Amino acid sequence: MLDDVDRRILRQFQAAPEMSVAQLAERCFLTTASCWRRLEKLESSGVILGHEAVVDWQALGFGVEVSLRITLDKTQSSAFDDFLTKARDVPEVLEVQTFLGRVDVRLLVIARDMAHYQDVYRSQILSLPHIADIEALMHIARLKSDEVLPI
Amino acid sequence: MIETDEIDRRILRILVRDARKSSKAIGEDLGLSQPAVWRRIRRLKDCGVIRGQRLCLKSEKLGLGVMVFLGVKLAAKGRGSIESFERAVSAIPEVLSVEHVLGLYDYRLKVVARDIPDFERVLRRRIMTLPGAGQVEANVLLSEERKYGPL
Repeated sequence: MLDDVDRRILRQFQAAPEMSVAQLAERCFLTTASCWRRLEKLESSGVILGHEAVVDWQALGFGVEVSLRITLDKTQSSAFDDFLTKARDVPEVLEVQTFLGRVDVRLLVIARDMAHYQDVYRSQILSLPHIADIEALMHIARLKSDEVLPI
Repeated sequence: MIETDEIDRRILRILVRDARKSSKAIGEDLGLSQPAVWRRIRRLKDCGVIRGQRLCLKSEKLGLGVMVFLGVKLAAKGRGSIESFERAVSAIPEVLSVEHVLGLYDYRLKVVARDIPDFERVLRRRIMTLPGAGQVEANVLLSEERKYGPL
C-alpha cells in the first residue's frame, strides 16, 4: 500500500516530471537514496508506468483533431475485437477507448488539414468493420490537459 | 510548423515511449553522437514539438478506479457565462482534462473518481452545479489505448 510519503513523491513528481531524483528528493524532504528506493518500488509495483514526452501535433503540422464516437453493430459477437484490431492499424488514430454508455468506442484522429481528414475518414475510418453509427466532435481548444491525478 | 526529418521522428518515437532516456543512449540506438542528439532534442523543444513530459501513473493502483468521459452542453441561458464555466470546471481536481469541442456537445471532460458512488458525488456536487452547465452525457471508460501517432 502507498503511504503518505509515496503520495507526496507522486504529487511532486506529477507537478514537475522533468525533475531529477535529487531535486525531487529535496522537495519531498527525503535523502536522494531513500527517494530513489521509493521510486524503484513504485515502478516495480506498477504505480509508475513511465515517463512519456508530450508531443504537440499542431507544431508538427497536424492542425485538425477530431473525436469520433462510434456505435458498433453488436449483433456480431466479434464486432469489438474486429473493429479494435483494424482501428489500431490506422496511423492517424492517437487514442482508442471503449466505453460503457451510449457510445461504444471513441477514436481520436489527427490530420494535417480538413482535406487530409476527409481522406483519412473516407479511406480508413469508414472501411472499419461493424460500424453502426459515427458522431464527430471537432476539437477547438484544450483548456486543461495536464492529466494530473488528484492524489 | 517546423520541418522534421526522419532522424527527428526517430528521436520522437523513442522519447514518447521513454522521455527520460539519455541523449547518449538514444545516440547509441541511432548511430549518432550524444551532442548531435542533444541539439536535435533542444530544437524540438524550442519549436514546441516536445511540450514537456508526463509521468504516467496507474490510476487504479492509486485507488482511482473509475474514469468517466462527460459530454457537457451549456444551457441556452448560460451562454453568457462561458468564461466562468471554463474557469470553474478547470479548477475541479477530479476533472483531468477539459476540451472545447464542436458538435453534439460543447465540452468534453475526463473525470476520475474512486468508484461509482464517488463519481456520483463529483457529478452532483461539482459538475451539475457549474454555472451554465446544461445537458450532460456520461460514458464510463472500460479500456484505453494510447498510440504514438504518425511519427
